[in-house]
Amino acid sequence: MKHVKKIAIMTTLLAGSLVITACNEAPPAKAGIPPKLYTDSLFAVMNADRANYTKLIIQRLGPNGAGAIKPDEHWKEIENGALLPAQMFRAGSEAVAEVTDEFTYSLQSLWPINKQNAPKTPLEEEGLQYTVDNPGENFYGEEKLGDVTYFTAVYPDVAVSPACTTCHNDHKDSPKTDFDIGDVMGGVVIRVPL
Amino acid sequence: MKKIIWATWILVTLSIAGYYGYILLKADNKQALLIGETSHGHFQIELACSSCHTEAFGGPELIQEACVGCHGAELAEANDTHPKKKFTDPRNADRLSVVDARYCVSCHTEHRKEITAPMGVTLPEDYCFHCHTDVGDDRESHRDLTFDSCASAGCHNYHDNRALFEDFLVHNHAGPWLKEMARLTNSNGANILASKRIPDPQPAFPEQKMAHPDIHGEWSGSNHADAGVDCGGCHSDARSGEWLEKPGIAQCQTCHIQEAESYKSGKHGMRLAQSLPPIHPADSKLPFKETAMSLQQGCNSCHSAHRTDTLFAASEACLTCHNDEHSLGFEASPHGQLLTRAIAGVIPVEQAVSCATCHMPRTESIIDGEAVVQVNHNQNHNLRPNEKMIRPVCMQCHNLGFSIDALADPALIRNNFNGKPATHIPSIDWSLKRVAD
Repeated sequence: MKHVKKIAIMTTLLAGSLVITACNEAPPAKAGIPPKLYTDSLFAVMNADRANYTKLIIQRLGPNGAGAIKPDEHWKEIENGALLPAQMFRAGSEAVAEVTDEFTYSLQSLWPINKQNAPKTPLEEEGLQYTVDNPGENFYGEEKLGDVTYFTAVYPDVAVSPACTTCHNDHKDSPKTDFDIGDVMGGVVIRVPL
Repeated sequence: MKKIIWATWILVTLSIAGYYGYILLKADNKQALLIGETSHGHFQIELACSSCHTEAFGGPELIQEACVGCHGAELAEANDTHPKKKFTDPRNADRLSVVDARYCVSCHTEHRKEITAPMGVTLPEDYCFHCHTDVGDDRESHRDLTFDSCASAGCHNYHDNRALFEDFLVHNHAGPWLKEMARLTNSNGANILASKRIPDPQPAFPEQKMAHPDIHGEWSGSNHADAGVDCGGCHSDARSGEWLEKPGIAQCQTCHIQEAESYKSGKHGMRLAQSLPPIHPADSKLPFKETAMSLQQGCNSCHSAHRTDTLFAASEACLTCHNDEHSLGFEASPHGQLLTRAIAGVIPVEQAVSCATCHMPRTESIIDGEAVVQVNHNQNHNLRPNEKMIRPVCMQCHNLGFSIDALADPALIRNNFNGKPATHIPSIDWSLKRVAD
């Protein structure tokens, strides 16, 4: 009788656990934002902020406008110095990195003025080359860095004003000196841990 | 027999546990808990364990917070070229596997004096090489340089490159080695700021005033007397208002906030910031005069109690204790000669160069619309790496090239700049060549 009771209890527990397991194995409800939509949305904000900084601050208040500020690579060194649009973008990226590691982003190029901004991972290199070879298209992929797998998106960074091309073409550290308006000069790399 | 062994083992274990438990929880002196000799930068506060180990269980993040708590502002001011934020991007994962540059202790491990190099670095000297292996590809001048020469030849620092980056070198390559009319700005911080903080009303102590006519005489010729700071301005307890025989930094700080705060950030005063007793020369391993070994450090070690003689504080006070070759060479050096002539009234004080001119430089800032020049009392602020002195100190009188060369010449530093640099650092030449090419 004791054995029957034991078997009954075990059977009940087993059945219960199967139900729980079955529940666990049921496909999870689709939650959250797909990585591509997430990075596309982030890029939209970044791009808008960058364009606004360039047009509403640098062009309006810089040497081509009111002359009130001096955009300069070494902006801290000069009175009324202001960050170049690319530096402003980087400053945002660094500030974000201080508050979250849910995503990171950086501005990179196959022809960087600062060599530290050249692609480092094979996927970055592939993505930057893809955006150059396929104007207007973005690049998406997955890569493992350290122990973490990332969704990595690369968006083309296009020369929109003569200030971009002149500065890069004239800079002593620039490996490419024939950028034209509309050229892909580099890319914004957004990375999300999966 | 077994019982005796067990009993002995338990007794010994309990005794050891009791000893360390007592030291950990009760004893004032926790020296026995130190796991190794502390570096030159932290031995002063090694007995205030909680200044770095803020909690018993925390891990690297808490230690990092403690590092940043004391050094963060200075690194930010220095435009740190390798801040943590440069290494948190996952694309640097491979670099972090070599040196985890997100944490200060990866390069500055404490309690390992036996492997601690200048600047408190505990890494092998090739730490630059791992990330900058390909620098020779872009810069021909760098192609044959040795792996340990990046930060040791007056060209680069890991954190502070404010006087060494290429554009700065190019823009400041010209000029005579010594400016024709080199003059320093006089400090006005105490006049402008401290005078606004004088307690009002100040407690009056007529008895004590009458009892010390000699002290009163000294005081009456001082800046304190001019500013209306009476005996009670310093000799009174802020809470009780009663007579205080020996005022300390807390009383000075009532008016001289920046001076006291910066003093407590440097090696002279950092113990006071941790509520430890003041430091004495005997506590340090630097060469000090035998007669000074027991002198305790505080505001009035340099600023005599009732006279405000900043010329004394700026050099003679230092030489009361410091006995190394550089300090002993000061009086005979060109800088020391200028000071001697200024004290004698032969040249204006603005042309004198004292110990403090270099080691406690004057910094100008705009406060409430006024240009305020204050003396930074943290003598360590620009001490190491010494290129930190170039912009705020050396270039007040000298050009950049001479400054870089002079600070890269150890023999010249030892004799307190008595002569010209024997070495030439080619960084400006290389920068100009790159621009020309």
